[in-house]
Amino acid sequence: MAVSRAACVFSKFATSKYPLLSGHISRNLSVSSSLAARTHVSYELKDDVAVIRLNDPTAKVNTLSLQMQSELTEVMGEIWSNGGVKSAVFISRKPGCFIAGADIKMIQACKSSEEVTRLSREGQKMLEKIEKSPIPIVAAIHGSCLGGGLELAIACQYRIATKSKKTVLGTPEVMLGLLPGAGGTQRLPKMVGLPGAFDMMLTGKNIRAEKAKKMGLVQQLVDPLGPGLKPGDRTIEYLEEVAVDVAKQIANKKIPLTKEKSFMQKLQDAVMDLGPVRKKIYKTVSERVLKETKNIYPAPNKIIECVQTGMEQGREAGYLAEAENFGKLAMTSESKAMIGVYHGHVACRKNQLGPPEKEVKRLAILGAGLMGTGIAQVSIDKGFTTILKDTTVDSLSRGHEKIYQSLDTKVKRKAMTSFERDTMMSNLSVQTDYSGFESADMVIEAVFEDINLKTKVVKEVEAIVPPHCIFASNTSALPIKDIAAASQRPEKVIGMHYFSPVEKMQLLEIIITDKTSKDTLASAVSVGLKQGKVIIIVKDGPGFYIVRCILNNFLEYLRLFQEGVELKRLDAISESFGFHTGISVVADEVGIDVVLHISENLSKAFGPRYEGGNLEIVRTMVEKGFLGRKCEKGFSIYGTTREERRVNPEVEEILKKYRVPAPLAISSDFDIQLRMVSRCINESILCLQEGVLASPVEGDIGAVFGYGFPPSRGGPFRFVDTFGAERLVSTMRRYEDVYGNQFTPCQLLLDHAKDPSKKFYN
Amino acid sequence: MASMLLNSVRSCSVSPTWAVRFGARSLSTTAQLQAQVQTKSKKTLARPGMKNIVLVEGVRTPFLLSGTTYADLMPHDLARAALQGLLNRTGIPKDAVDYIIYGTVIQEVKTSNVAREAALGAGFSDKIPAHTVTMACISSNQAMTSAVGLIAAGQCDAVVAGGVEFMSDVPIRHSRKMRKTMLSLNKAKTLGQRLSLIGSIRMAHLSPELPAVAEFSTAETMGHSADRLAAAFGVSRVEQDDFALRSHTLAKKAQDNGLLQDVISFKVPGRDIVSKDNGIRPSSKEQMAKLKPAFIKPHGTVTAANSSFLTDGASAVLIMSEEKALAMGYKPKAYLRDFVYVSQDPKDQLLLGPTYSTPKVLDRAGLSMSDIDVFEFHEAFAGQIMANLKAMDSDWFAQTYMGRKSKVGTPSMDKFNLWGGSLSLGHPFGATGCRLVTTVAHRLQKEGGQYGLVAACAAGGQGHAMVIEAYPQ
Repeated sequence: MAVSRAACVFSKFATSKYPLLSGHISRNLSVSSSLAARTHVSYELKDDVAVIRLNDPTAKVNTLSLQMQSELTEVMGEIWSNGGVKSAVFISRKPGCFIAGADIKMIQACKSSEEVTRLSREGQKMLEKIEKSPIPIVAAIHGSCLGGGLELAIACQYRIATKSKKTVLGTPEVMLGLLPGAGGTQRLPKMVGLPGAFDMMLTGKNIRAEKAKKMGLVQQLVDPLGPGLKPGDRTIEYLEEVAVDVAKQIANKKIPLTKEKSFMQKLQDAVMDLGPVRKKIYKTVSERVLKETKNIYPAPNKIIECVQTGMEQGREAGYLAEAENFGKLAMTSESKAMIGVYHGHVACRKNQLGPPEKEVKRLAILGAGLMGTGIAQVSIDKGFTTILKDTTVDSLSRGHEKIYQSLDTKVKRKAMTSFERDTMMSNLSVQTDYSGFESADMVIEAVFEDINLKTKVVKEVEAIVPPHCIFASNTSALPIKDIAAASQRPEKVIGMHYFSPVEKMQLLEIIITDKTSKDTLASAVSVGLKQGKVIIIVKDGPGFYIVRCILNNFLEYLRLFQEGVELKRLDAISESFGFHTGISVVADEVGIDVVLHISENLSKAFGPRYEGGNLEIVRTMVEKGFLGRKCEKGFSIYGTTREERRVNPEVEEILKKYRVPAPLAISSDFDIQLRMVSRCINESILCLQEGVLASPVEGDIGAVFGYGFPPSRGGPFRFVDTFGAERLVSTMRRYEDVYGNQFTPCQLLLDHAKDPSKKFYN
Repeated sequence: MASMLLNSVRSCSVSPTWAVRFGARSLSTTAQLQAQVQTKSKKTLARPGMKNIVLVEGVRTPFLLSGTTYADLMPHDLARAALQGLLNRTGIPKDAVDYIIYGTVIQEVKTSNVAREAALGAGFSDKIPAHTVTMACISSNQAMTSAVGLIAAGQCDAVVAGGVEFMSDVPIRHSRKMRKTMLSLNKAKTLGQRLSLIGSIRMAHLSPELPAVAEFSTAETMGHSADRLAAAFGVSRVEQDDFALRSHTLAKKAQDNGLLQDVISFKVPGRDIVSKDNGIRPSSKEQMAKLKPAFIKPHGTVTAANSSFLTDGASAVLIMSEEKALAMGYKPKAYLRDFVYVSQDPKDQLLLGPTYSTPKVLDRAGLSMSDIDVFEFHEAFAGQIMANLKAMDSDWFAQTYMGRKSKVGTPSMDKFNLWGGSLSLGHPFGATGCRLVTTVAHRLQKEGGQYGLVAACAAGGQGHAMVIEAYPQ
């Protein structure tokens, strides 16, 4: 089933390609850092410029770990006491990473908020020293400069960044339920203005170098270089040369540190100086945050609070508020959950299986519907030669147009050049015949959900494709083994369940049967990762993992609907749990006909456990043509814009026929919420119990990125850990009394309820 | 109309020399023999079964900074001047040419086949077909090698090739929206339709569209790419300024000593006679160092002084099969031998054409760097030349990017662009190729060498090189 319900804040998670914080072992080493030789920070004098190079030898990226901080402090002490040094440059030796953030493990290791606050205070002090440095310091940024890295950079007197695509600046702390805790909330507003600073800190978005220059975040840009006379990227060397030159000129007062402000700038500053104007901004921003996050996420409000304190009561008060709030946030369950999701995300972006025997280069996709087109799109822009086959020219034309338009939008936004668009499009061939399939390495079918059609397609394809070619099915509910049964090479058959819209939804659910070979799985994983997907691997079975969970959610929703709970109230209750939208919107997005098809399939497979709302309602909707978003009418009626939506009165009309009385004892908001989520959480745990899922991590990542389980809750498994298995079981028992086995807790959940020491996460 | 001055030199009248040369030919049966006589150490590149193709003559108009004396002309006027100069120099009958090919980059839309317009205007027979080619800065190289191809294939015996560029006037267009409205206006039938179309015009539609000197594929201007290239190869500002100064100094010397014999005089209507390039301006290191970077600011190294400037100019050469040339009584200037075209990454290696093409053409010809006596490389930017020289001197680069075992080596500076180059003489994009080839021929004659090498880079990440062999004197 296709689902688009990723939480708004979290949807940007994917864009930060570089882990902001990555675990490594330096912390254990750091105890005797001052005695040991320096490993992370080194410096060299170029004339009177100290070039300070950052390089964490134990990790792929630099983080502001304790080790890094202590060495930095030590080095700065030496430099400041050396009268011969007139200026300094910070630069990373890692290609593609300046500093990716604070060390997350360092924060996780803290037991109390006081401990975290102390860390924050120390960071603030160190950066304040850098800000007040007697010699000018230039931050030379190539690659990700995020979180603590950005805070270090903005404490420097001057910033130069490369225009490389790898260079991004940002404060992604909010996505981990935290805030910039080393003076960021205090410096950023001064540097880029209140609106800009709020935008950065509340969304956590990555900012490219060009934009950063426009915002005033960096003063100078350096172009990335092509190949020169030796291996490796000379861009860093070049950046260093430029930075050293700039540092000298700043020291010689040839480059002024304060730029003459433009009239507009002065005007803006004057306006910002007015108390009421600032108050208005705080208010507007707070309201926006409330609207967007429904107060599910504690971090945004704390960020606003810190900025406000600093602006209105001065730097010292600001620092104090920042450190205290940082400590408080680090201890919240939301932050812990989000950090958990972050780690899970990183884990599911790694290829644990190693490269396949034969790298997949040529893809063929069957079916140019929404899914097929989406899969083609995320393939051609990663360099796969892709055939998109359909039976009708019309749908091919539509598919081609959709892909072109979405790339062209990026061209218009200057995210890519028209030339890049054209080269990507040249990877795509749309056709109605099987020509070219003889050299395909992988075929992904996305034809209509009908087992007869799918088995027919398998046979047709296998007659043409080479023996090494993998057959992947993008089915949402049909068991892969049934498709594999029609194949001559069942070891080459696998399920690749994408989510709609494919270009936005990060999750890919890979389904293996008993017969699927290791190499086939390795190929599917490597293709998925190349397509930019977060991958969970599940065992074959009706509905696999995601669809099983979400369908439980939907069926309960439908029942509540029948019991007379209004759609608006249902949506509001879902949202208050942290879902981005109610499930009716998801159903509309997927298509009511598809939902019906899946529901019928699964209730056949699982029996009464998959009951709830009356499927006749859905059937009537399909008959009446309320197929959801695709025909602008489903549970809701949709307008032209994404936001425009109102309840479909005709559905309410249908409902009247199926109205059932509501059991008052379990119809409070809390109960409604729990009825919806407990069913799907129970199903998740059952999947783990049955071995469909291999680990709670995959279960959580699948839920968060597949159907928008609130990241602030961390996923169904983490939710059980936080909420308490016993509490969940006793709640479910109340519902079980009324509705029967749909609410019967599975054995694994019962085990956890019995033994409080049992946790899915330690 | 512009008229040609017959100021120079050799052959305006055909008759007296005809017989003599004809006679000479019957004496020396093959060119190969002569070559062996001339330089014992070096072999000739003539190959059995392949026609010898020769450069008979090459001329060019003076190259002028755009916006100066040529400002009011049109591109075909310049091309015409070059063609007439060639006619005058060679005295070739106006119908003795089989084909005419011209190269150009920025096209004047009115004369999109500028070869044909110029040929007609220059008085060539209207029975001679003509076409125009474009390949950025190696357009006239492409014109010449197309001519070589036609002759080698037996299609033609005598072809005029040339190039022209006119930067004083470039097509500036209405915005796309405005163009669309204007075209619809043509088709509008009723007054109401017309008025509503006119009413749809907005101020923004009136802003014109300028032709960019940027790569279409990468949207990067060439100067910007050159600056990055120089940085990638560690070419300093001083190195670039020094090379540019060298170019201007050598060009000045060549001009003063009358070595630039390919330049013809040109009476520009309404203006004086032009007979000299006007972009040669040797400056001082100090003055050059004062200039601010032109493309990458503030830390770039490419400046106006170490880049080639926008230039107006045209060139033309007469290419023939050796047989035909001798039959018509000409004394050819040089053999045009092997040539190659190369192309590579238009972003990071936009201007590395010579690095790629040089070893390739030398391999084809079976020569090594040390065999070459005369080098004429197109100087787009001083930084580009220096980067190419460094790349050619790098084993790592040759192995990593060109799949070669080792570097090709750098040309000796004692043989390199000794009469100035595009930096100083100017660079009318479409016309530079013929200048390079003609200069090699003249330098071979003057300096007594056997082989010359032309190499050039071009927009689109393309490049070209050609080996030229001295014609036995």
